[in-house]
Amino acid sequence: MNQAVIHLHPSGPLLALVGNPNCGKTALFNLLTGSRQKVANYAGVTVERKEGRLTTPGGKFLRVLDLPGAYSLYPRSPDERVTCDVLFGRASGEKRPDLIVCVVDATNLRRNLRLAMAVKRLGLPCIVALNMADLAERRGIKVVPEALAVELGMPVVSTVAIQSSGAEPLLALFDDPAIWCSMALTPPAQGMPTESDHLVVRRILQRLGLDDVIPHTPSDRIDGVVLHPVIGPIVLAVVLFLVFQAVFAWAEMPMTLIKTATASLSEVVGVVMPETWLRSLIVDGLIAGVGGVLVFLPQIVILYFFILFLEESGYLPRAAFLLDRLMGSVGLSGRSFIPLLSSFACAIPGIMAARSIANPRDRLVTIMIAPLMTCSARLPVYALLIGAFIPQRLVWGAFELQGLVLLVLYLAGVIGALAVAWLLKRFTAAGRQVRPLMMELPSYHLPTVRNIAIGIWQKVMIFMKRVGGIILILTILLWFLASFPAAPDGATGAAIEYSLAGMLGQALARVFEPIGFNWQISIALVPGMAAREVAVSALGTVYALSATGSDTAQALAPLIAQSWSLATALSLLVWYVFAPQCLSTLATVKRETGSWTMPLIMAGYLFALAYAASFITYRVALALGVG
Amino acid sequence: MSATKNGISGATLDLAAIGHALTVHDVQAPPTSPEWARWLEEIGFIDGEYVMLMARGLPGGDPLVVRIGQSTFALRRAEAACVRVASVAQPNVEGCKA
Repeated sequence: MNQAVIHLHPSGPLLALVGNPNCGKTALFNLLTGSRQKVANYAGVTVERKEGRLTTPGGKFLRVLDLPGAYSLYPRSPDERVTCDVLFGRASGEKRPDLIVCVVDATNLRRNLRLAMAVKRLGLPCIVALNMADLAERRGIKVVPEALAVELGMPVVSTVAIQSSGAEPLLALFDDPAIWCSMALTPPAQGMPTESDHLVVRRILQRLGLDDVIPHTPSDRIDGVVLHPVIGPIVLAVVLFLVFQAVFAWAEMPMTLIKTATASLSEVVGVVMPETWLRSLIVDGLIAGVGGVLVFLPQIVILYFFILFLEESGYLPRAAFLLDRLMGSVGLSGRSFIPLLSSFACAIPGIMAARSIANPRDRLVTIMIAPLMTCSARLPVYALLIGAFIPQRLVWGAFELQGLVLLVLYLAGVIGALAVAWLLKRFTAAGRQVRPLMMELPSYHLPTVRNIAIGIWQKVMIFMKRVGGIILILTILLWFLASFPAAPDGATGAAIEYSLAGMLGQALARVFEPIGFNWQISIALVPGMAAREVAVSALGTVYALSATGSDTAQALAPLIAQSWSLATALSLLVWYVFAPQCLSTLATVKRETGSWTMPLIMAGYLFALAYAASFITYRVALALGVG
Repeated sequence: MSATKNGISGATLDLAAIGHALTVHDVQAPPTSPEWARWLEEIGFIDGEYVMLMARGLPGGDPLVVRIGQSTFALRRAEAACVRVASVAQPNVEGCKA
């Protein structure tokens, strides 16, 4: 990864937030910096780097770094390694922080204070932010910050990250010049630091009368239902069903709006400009490209809303818990579940979400199988083929045959993904190793609007910046392939037949002949590499239809129903389940893995899988007499 | 691991009864993954800490939901098997370190 580290606010003292996972650190970061955040990557690793800035009541400008959550300063994942490297001043391109705010969860001082002790030993100026102080008080844990400060030998302030005024005492502290002075180095304790820290923390808590273990009954009561062996999976299925429904149902209207807006803009440009290659570039390349990026936004926003809501509330790790056995049987862990779920909207956010998987091998396998989840861009193609070839009738009295075929296509993708993961588990040495779960199930919280809004905004910006550009460039490139050279004078076929894409399609037709594709399909597959749904309009172009947008499918359906065999249609459907078609996905994999090796392997194995599956489908269909 | 040492049963966490209050006696990682011992210690599995098995997953009773101190963690059975536990009724657990 050669992504440049962006220093947007290079001047000013640097403050770093450190804390255990689930201590409310990011909520506090959002409260401190608001929307003034910059999300990028740390140099050389795909760990998200969040920097923001704030102004203290005294008018001081500060840069704030939200370091990844860590249980200790002995890293066990790439995320935790970044935290350690920054704190020890070893991270390349990063300044060692001038001040550390160690965020501790007041409801769980025992574990959280151990990290504070380790951070204190670094010798950097350090403040302890006693977060979730309100929640602790409601649970009967009364922590006096002043008393804790004396025990720890560090300043301690209470914060409530979910209240808009909850960080005021902390902000006021930043104006105190004494805070910024280095502490005297305490000599490292003898023996295992984790263990001796534990003894020190226990003694402190005993002296402060906070050593009682207080049961968290409300969370436990929810867990009694959510993790119940029978009810739990049912709850999970209902939640997933609702998320799916929402992603597809709610997104439909905005997606139609975006498509209509794109189409009318193309029309306006088409009228205003003379018919030249420039008009074609703007209409078919630029506007179609931008539209192709924007059209996925509604689904991504809705999907991330649910993911962030479930994550903030604490349900997501429970879902991973429930699915751990299933994922474990194919060599993955429950953590792979979210990236795969996201991939049903679009593989690109799914592949980016795989960053949360600590184990590099699991992360890679998850990335490799993510494109097998049926993304929404495949739906227009499925709709066209199913509408044209599958009769509308009821089977077994209650099920719509067309809907059933669609369900089978989705399931084929999921089963294919699980099979690939299982093969990787079975036939690689790393696959047979047991990787630990050790996953925290945090207490349930009601998510705050601010944190969800900031989270969605950041995901959308990442999608637009990192992916939008790729999709746009590829669309323009494929427009070029489909437009040049122009058709000769007196040509009878569609212009695309004479272009580079057409020639490529003619050559591909030979490759695809054994699986039943004609040359028209082969040509349409070339522009379909920009985004899968483009294949529909490309088919329209090949069949010399002048209709645009959704009209294409309507005009196309009877045409292909006449000229293609059912065997060809089924083969093409199966091809779409497995084939590596979207170049943006491959480009994202290249970004996330740092080289072209993985995307090439991915494209190769998906091609082989799709070809084999289509071949079998075509040949079986022929044998059954539907050729 | 069934041997009795210093009067404490060598029972491991994966075999504990649900809802039974226990304390951690020690953590012994399998030779194939020695790093588990440190990782378990970091998330709170330290001698004398309160621990309780909350629930078992289905099918096969794996993974487990474990309350350790004031946190809740999901552990696989193999991970919980590294943690030897003692009944809370045992006095002066901390003094029994091996």
